Amino acid sequence: MVTQEVNKKKETLEEATIRFAGDSGDGMQLTGGQFTNATAIVGNDLSTLPDFPAEIRAPAGSLAGVSGFQIHFSSKEIHTPGDILDVLVAMNPAALKANLKDLRPGGMLIVNTNAFTETNLKKAGYDKNPLEDGLGQKYQLFTIEISRLTQLALQDLNLPGKLVDRSKNLFALGLMYWLYTRPMEQTIEWLNKKFASKPDILKANLKVLKAGYHYGETTETFISQYEIKQAKIHPGKYRNITGNEATVFGLIAAAQLSGLTIFLGSYPITPASDILHELSKYKHIGIRTFQAEDEIAAIGAAIGASFAGGLGVTTTSGPGVCLKSEFIGLAIKTELPLIVCDIQRGGPSTGLPTKTEQADLLQVMFGRNSESPVPIVAAATPGDCFETMLEAVRIATTYMTPVFFMSDGYLANGSEPWKIPQVSELKKIKINYRTEKEGFFPYLRDEKTLARPWAIPGTPELEHVIGGLEGEQITGKVSYDPINHDAMVKLRARKIAQIANSIPDIKVVNGEEKGDLLILGWGSTLGAIIAATELLIEKGYKVSNAHIRHLNPFPNNLGNLLKNYKKVLIPEVNLGQLRMLIRAKYLIDAQGLNIVGGQPLKIQSIVEAAEKLL
Amino acid sequence: MAVEQKPQYTKADFESENDVRWCPGCGDYAILSAVQAVMPTLGIPKEKFVFVSGIGCSSRFPYYMNCYGFHTIHGRAMTVATGVKSINPDLSVWVITGDGDGLSIGGNHFLHAIRRNQDFKVLLFDNKIYGLTKGQYSPTSELGKKTKSTPMGSIDNPVNPVSLAIAAGATFVARTVDNNVKHMKEMFTRAANHKGTAFIEIYQNCLVFNDAAFENYTEKDVKNENSIYLENGKPLIFGKNSDKAVKLSGFHPEIVNLSNGNSKDLLIHDEKIKDRGLSYMLGQMGVENEGLPVVFGVLRCIEEPTYQERLLEQEKTAKSQKPKTSLEEILNSGDTWVIK
Ligand code: SF4
Repeated sequence: MVTQEVNKKKETLEEATIRFAGDSGDGMQLTGGQFTNATAIVGNDLSTLPDFPAEIRAPAGSLAGVSGFQIHFSSKEIHTPGDILDVLVAMNPAALKANLKDLRPGGMLIVNTNAFTETNLKKAGYDKNPLEDGLGQKYQLFTIEISRLTQLALQDLNLPGKLVDRSKNLFALGLMYWLYTRPMEQTIEWLNKKFASKPDILKANLKVLKAGYHYGETTETFISQYEIKQAKIHPGKYRNITGNEATVFGLIAAAQLSGLTIFLGSYPITPASDILHELSKYKHIGIRTFQAEDEIAAIGAAIGASFAGGLGVTTTSGPGVCLKSEFIGLAIKTELPLIVCDIQRGGPSTGLPTKTEQADLLQVMFGRNSESPVPIVAAATPGDCFETMLEAVRIATTYMTPVFFMSDGYLANGSEPWKIPQVSELKKIKINYRTEKEGFFPYLRDEKTLARPWAIPGTPELEHVIGGLEGEQITGKVSYDPINHDAMVKLRARKIAQIANSIPDIKVVNGEEKGDLLILGWGSTLGAIIAATELLIEKGYKVSNAHIRHLNPFPNNLGNLLKNYKKVLIPEVNLGQLRMLIRAKYLIDAQGLNIVGGQPLKIQSIVEAAEKLL
Repeated sequence: MAVEQKPQYTKADFESENDVRWCPGCGDYAILSAVQAVMPTLGIPKEKFVFVSGIGCSSRFPYYMNCYGFHTIHGRAMTVATGVKSINPDLSVWVITGDGDGLSIGGNHFLHAIRRNQDFKVLLFDNKIYGLTKGQYSPTSELGKKTKSTPMGSIDNPVNPVSLAIAAGATFVARTVDNNVKHMKEMFTRAANHKGTAFIEIYQNCLVFNDAAFENYTEKDVKNENSIYLENGKPLIFGKNSDKAVKLSGFHPEIVNLSNGNSKDLLIHDEKIKDRGLSYMLGQMGVENEGLPVVFGVLRCIEEPTYQERLLEQEKTAKSQKPKTSLEEILNSGDTWVIK
């Protein structure tokens, strides 16, 4: 065969948003992950949004079984996985049906025509084949026989049909590598490693990957190839990171910076389980993980670990927080350091396990019996989970208190390039176990932090008992005295409130310190809010945005900042939970943008909501 | 030869200054006193004892010991003990629980702590009633038991704590009773020296809400006929005149009268058998298997690696397989790239 050199145009683009969509069994997450790595290596800024069904094996070809992976990459700094798609790769009719609404008119639609059989069309609820129904007029439609081309590429290898079919995602990947001028080395190396012991499969996969690439290169289907230049992001060493990975790195860093042994007590729950999986790989550096019999045992063991001088951590999602709340109360009363990670997902009840939401804020703030304040920090981007975790550990150990670390499904699984921090620049976390016998009382507080001493079992002559019953100030002895209880309730509240003195002031991210509108957010909405604010400023509006990492207590200057703007808009993936806290605390008529669809907020929705107020 | 310096303590060293607030005459007093008496004999530095409890009358126990203690929440003491022991396997951890705390609300943790062979002692004060909440039936209350919440009698089948522990694979299981101080001390000492979960059911009299629940095993004139005190390697002799023993007929225990010269084929107690059948059968006697005497003593005591031993072993293996990795190396692992 003579390879024909086809002269193709190379167009330079600023950015692109593409989505791979197929059946759960089609390997779309893997394909997206590989494309992400290759894009990271090219030096583009990027943001990803994996979106997969809760069912492990939903019926093949059904709408419920559609799995997607979206990536937005750019030569400029970007903040979100993108509102609308430039390219949609649909591996079957269900994937087309579920995703087409997100493709921009005129966008590229690449479909595997072999999957458009009568049965599959029916399963997706199509009466007619949409490919023959005018789709080509609205989009640039590329009908490619991906399944058949994969078979052809492998016909001399004599592999079972199922295996052949399963590698078709690599054809799509190879094709997209060509289309966006990405290097394949990374993926080739990964395949080499993964299938080192299965040379047949390795050979097949490499062949299909390259076949996809060459298809783009040699056929006349595509007239041009695209290039997206390296982004001008801050110089430094980068890696791609998901929120859950950054959370794990944060915990490992906290262990090293504090010298504490991390003990993770956890019970599997989506989307938090990966933290347990990842952290379990670090036994060689002394990290201890425990998969408990339930959510309650998980936090109980973590509290026991903290009592014994370790750093107890428990990871979960909203439903798990419900089960843990009695124990969180115990950690508040006994004033032990503890990290509770709530990786939020859609609710109520089991809700949408694999979809994102921000609706646990009031739960973590108030979801316990009695007056039981807990500091709360929330990460804003996947990479930000690292620093936010360090902050959570700093607060927990400095003030002897449980701390909520909040992330969500979008941050947990989404990824972005992350500038690897210099270890020497990370602040040490100082731990003072009490060993001095003289003047020891279990609840005699540090004057500045109001923290009680951490005297751990095994320390001679500091034997003492802690527990859930109300205790006397200083001695901690069980007390039912009304004056003492009133004083203790207020003391516990004051202890948490004064943490505000140690947290940095909230700063305006974009725009001026004063203006017509402040867009205030928390958690994973940061990217969309920044992008929206930039657009609004470009349009000439006096708009700024600020983002809260510390949700309890709030930064000291927050109230003053809010008063500098005529209006405040708080976009949230809930029905207005931060808004309720802000209104209650600062008596400000903040407005909300509240879309709770299991998806991150779109830039356009925020722009529209802001423009209505301006 | 170097002689190891063993700490010298007296019982008073383990008595806290807190007022003990159980009802006068409660069986808990005798248990507390027996535990305090055993502690100084164990050769363990006082600061290494940790008492962890849940909620209930028995769970006030840590306040009365002059040791590290944690009075946690209802049913969850074993989870907290798991964490304590996993961070510092060097500690001697004692879980204090009751029939409601340990078997009702805490039933799940009971099962899982035991199957993992967590290296702590579990003293379950069984008074067959809820005392602290003032007299509702508990998971060990007998069928038909009339209480405040069961005015017409309980319609729940009771659970036998010893059966449950053995079924979960407990490596040490014993039963004792609050009025037999000598026996309690013996059992606590045995438990202290056991590696792995050491479970002891203690028949404890709640004189306010369930008085005399165990009188068959505590009253002078009847107790010998109704209780067998197990001794390892010995037949199960009992009776006022030590004239009765137990023999197996198929899978069923049968009482034989020794005075008839009938001492052949007596069942000999062997606490070391891995198979749980024998200890399970012994635990059922007089409880699920009515009409037989109840056994006290060590039903089962076998050696198996503890959770903490396995934890440390794995950590050691991981350390030998992977080089010590610095934080720098971890953060920089995987695919990275440099932007200039
Ligand atoms: S209620 Fe019963 S178990 Fe509780 S202290 Fe009183 S006698 Fe003891």
